[in-house]
Amino acid sequence: MSALPQQDTAPDCVVRIEHLDKWYGDFHALKDVSQTVAAGERIVICGPSGSGKSTLIRCINQLERHQRGTVEVLGEILDDNVKRLERIRRSVGMCFQHFNLFPHLTVLKNCTLPQTANLGVPQEEAIERALALLDKVQMREHANKYPGQLSGGQQQRIAIARALCMQPRIMLFDEPTSALDPEMISEVLDVMVDLARDGMTMLCVTHEMGFARKVADRVIFMDHGEIVEQAPPERFFHAPSSPRTQQFLNQILDHGVTRA
Amino acid sequence: MTTPPSHAEPISQTVASPLPNAWQWARRHLFPSPGHTVLSLITLAFLLWFVPTALDWLIFSATFIGESQADCTGGGACWLPISQRIEMFVYGFYPDTQEWRVNVAFALAAGLFPLLYAKRLDRRWILAYLAALPFVMWWLLKGGAGLPEVSSTKFAGILVTVFLGVVGMVFALPLGILLALGRRSSKPIIKMLCVLYIELIRSVPVITLLFMASLMVQLFLPPGVFIDILLRVLAVLILFTAAYMAETIRGGLQGIPKGQYEAAKALGFSYWKTMGMIILPQVLRNTIPPLLTQFIGLFKETTLVMIVGVLDIVGIAMSTTAAPEWLGLEHEVYLFLAMFFFVICFALSRYARHLEKQLERSRS
Repeated sequence: MSALPQQDTAPDCVVRIEHLDKWYGDFHALKDVSQTVAAGERIVICGPSGSGKSTLIRCINQLERHQRGTVEVLGEILDDNVKRLERIRRSVGMCFQHFNLFPHLTVLKNCTLPQTANLGVPQEEAIERALALLDKVQMREHANKYPGQLSGGQQQRIAIARALCMQPRIMLFDEPTSALDPEMISEVLDVMVDLARDGMTMLCVTHEMGFARKVADRVIFMDHGEIVEQAPPERFFHAPSSPRTQQFLNQILDHGVTRA
Repeated sequence: MTTPPSHAEPISQTVASPLPNAWQWARRHLFPSPGHTVLSLITLAFLLWFVPTALDWLIFSATFIGESQADCTGGGACWLPISQRIEMFVYGFYPDTQEWRVNVAFALAAGLFPLLYAKRLDRRWILAYLAALPFVMWWLLKGGAGLPEVSSTKFAGILVTVFLGVVGMVFALPLGILLALGRRSSKPIIKMLCVLYIELIRSVPVITLLFMASLMVQLFLPPGVFIDILLRVLAVLILFTAAYMAETIRGGLQGIPKGQYEAAKALGFSYWKTMGMIILPQVLRNTIPPLLTQFIGLFKETTLVMIVGVLDIVGIAMSTTAAPEWLGLEHEVYLFLAMFFFVICFALSRYARHLEKQLERSRS
């Protein structure tokens, strides 16, 4: 699968955002943002807190409703049509900062219930698929435990497996490692790197610059609700054109947030 | 300790003889301080006096067999008004030949308990049983469709209490859930109606509602249409309890983190599937204790229907104490009532405890 960013709106463009505006009350969270994502592309979005990066990816599966502009995902424009939205959401996986596993269900049930309830997959097939994916994130032996019995890193890997069980065409990651203890970050990043190597279309909001260097096709820097700069990782890290990007990079690199 | 010192230490640590242990336990828990000791001794003295006296009156000197009050010569309790009128207490004025129908209805209601304890049973079967139970009970008791009809004026006693209690519980919880969801709905009309309903019902005493059900409802119905008084008071009990349950459940809903809704949405769950499969299972397990309190409250509130002329177990008890041949035996009759309610409410409470424990085990 092509790893190169598509320059225009080619037929394999899976997300197209045009002139997106989003307000929280008086706060202008996204200001006229436009962006396209091609199939197979891996994008890392970074920026200071409050810059609108989470809001942007949450608009792609409409966990946040936008007020102006269009969001087109997998060829369908997202509006008030709830049925269409639910259908699109089944093809767009998402991982959250706080994992959000369902605490009343076992790990296995967390992975099978969305399949059986929303995709109509038969029980046996759902279990088979869930176990295969839990195996992939090395959590198969914990299949019958409850989320509360597991560490943050383990829960996040399960959350990734749960999202993959829906066989999504796009994966969104909203700061997947921000709530983790340092020693657990790499186990989650390893899974994400594997996923990227398999050719999944990914949009990751993260401060893990090592991860960005390793897998990203494009790094997007946002500030104050705007896309300030986007570039392939080498150019982004070594020759950023905007002073604001420069400043941001200096800050996070100085404090050792990045990992190789 | 008489064991040789060389073995005494390890043994006394692991399997010490029970007597010194009991003494140590008593010293630590009953007599740790002078104040505590006084309290313990007073309690002990009270128990030593009360338990034998009570048992003597209740059982050893009591009369269980006989025809009339004249047979009560033991000096203890006279249980004859209950044993002689037990049929009245259980079946009310139900025709003798049809009493098997009441028995079947009771058995079906009692069958809920083992069903609720069963672990390996599909939840859908339990729900189907619960949903069918009120209708089957009403059909059995009232008749029609193959069974000879029995006028509900013949319904009285435990029959009425159990019917109101069981059917009330089966309907009150789902209605309470719907009201709670409605109150949090994003649709203003639904939200307003639910808020209005809950606030209105909660601000009016249940007795007032019962009087309205017995006297006023008929005024608003077209002539010729008649709703059974039993069903009307049942409706009041359900509507009343549901309003309280709705508030309990709303509290539980507020305790569920936003992330749970977002994760469910992101996985493509619809609103009803999110609620039914993700949110409500968590809410209900968190609200077991307050919901149980409301179930118990509902069961005890069934006794208020007596005020509007429906003879439940309390109604039969009062008619018993008023009968000339059983005059002066109020103590026994009301004690029997208290025991009846205690047994059922305590069983409910134990079931809730069992549920909580089972859920704790699955979570830890």
